[in-house]
Amino acid sequence: MADKKIRILLAKLGLDGHDRGIKIVARILRDAGMEVIYLGLRQTTGSIVAAAEEEDADAIGLSMHNAGHLTLGPKMVDAISGAGLDIPLVIGGIVPDEDVADLLSSGVTSVIGPGASAEEVVAIVNGAIATRERK
Amino acid sequence: MKSHGEPVHALFEKAFAGERRSIGQLLSVIEQGGDQADSVTEMAHTFTGKAHIVGITGAPGSGKSTLTGQLTRISSEAGWKTAVLAVDPSSPLTGGAILGDRIRMDDLAGEETFIRSMATRGHSGGLALAVPAAIRLFDAVGYDPVIIETVGVGQVEVDVAGTADTTVVVVTPGWGDAVQANKAGLLEVADIFVVNKADRPGAKDARRDLELMLDLGHISGLNDQNEFRPPIIMTNALHGEGTNEVWKNIKEHGEHLHSSGQLEQRQSNRIHLEITNRLNRVIGEVASSVLETKAGRELLKSVASREISPSEAAKQLAAKVLK
Repeated sequence: MADKKIRILLAKLGLDGHDRGIKIVARILRDAGMEVIYLGLRQTTGSIVAAAEEEDADAIGLSMHNAGHLTLGPKMVDAISGAGLDIPLVIGGIVPDEDVADLLSSGVTSVIGPGASAEEVVAIVNGAIATRERK
Repeated sequence: MKSHGEPVHALFEKAFAGERRSIGQLLSVIEQGGDQADSVTEMAHTFTGKAHIVGITGAPGSGKSTLTGQLTRISSEAGWKTAVLAVDPSSPLTGGAILGDRIRMDDLAGEETFIRSMATRGHSGGLALAVPAAIRLFDAVGYDPVIIETVGVGQVEVDVAGTADTTVVVVTPGWGDAVQANKAGLLEVADIFVVNKADRPGAKDARRDLELMLDLGHISGLNDQNEFRPPIIMTNALHGEGTNEVWKNIKEHGEHLHSSGQLEQRQSNRIHLEITNRLNRVIGEVASSVLETKAGRELLKSVASREISPSEAAKQLAAKVLK
């Protein structure tokens, strides 16, 4: 079998326009050999789910910089499972440490906080995908 | 990696019934290549031949994705179930890719459109096999038109867009002069030219250079068997200016192919190319394995010690394969 590439969807959900971070993450994941499907700004949970189906994504990554993660993170989780998909969701950006447990218990697979190194980003994404493989 | 638990034929049945996710999964199977991909092709093949296949190609940054997005919107608003295959390059160093074409097709998420991003991936001929197979799947499950967007760099990319039923080549003002127009093999595959970003200085010059190139082609008799002179359309795709006219011309070209009988010729050319590519892969694999045999390694040594030439070694190995 030829090598199977990891395909990850990256998006900004809602009106948060801070996209410098997600562009850097896109580049980091590309350089780790992944295929990054970059959706950009102002996505909805519906547009992300539709894209994940069409692109057969192995993971979804959301970047959040406007304190909306506790609202939007669980909504994204619901949208993914509501569509009958089993795709890990990774949230990165400005997420305070005290919010991480809430996000994880709401069904977010992993959180990448501020200050993560490139190696950590890649390891967390790989780890998130691996949790689904084991199921 | 993710394993699609379901067998390919079960996925195909669901895809045929219109389930988006199964189509997405089958496209991954196709991209992987190998026996599974071949069986998708086998299942799909008999259901194909209905879709109008449109290639859109041009230099990076010329506005292909934006134009593709506009055309997809126009087409789906006109009631066509439109599929887009957006091909972007993989990094030759890491094998990764950033597939960003969807950003330009943002407002299209809907039941009647399907957008798939595809990376060129490094392995030789992979794209040349995966793209026709993906088109075939879209065609089989009822998408029409199928739009393939590729960067017009590299022979395979030009081939996959250039062997569409209708090929649209996008240029921008300042892309080069008439000499460049005559050099570029990309332009010879065009059925329709689009001068995008036509609000910029130099748009008229770009148009004039293309007209001149087409005139010269006419004089030298190149266009004789193809009476359809490619129209040149000025657009500002970002603002949707001129894009309706591009769509109209695509449809007209499709009708011209039908009425002139050229459609069969195009389809036959495309099948010819695809079989050639598959044949090259099958024979190439056998040929490479011969080089790894004892006889092959000895020939390699003989070449390294200057006893025989590489071409002589290749001939001797070919004789072993073909006997």
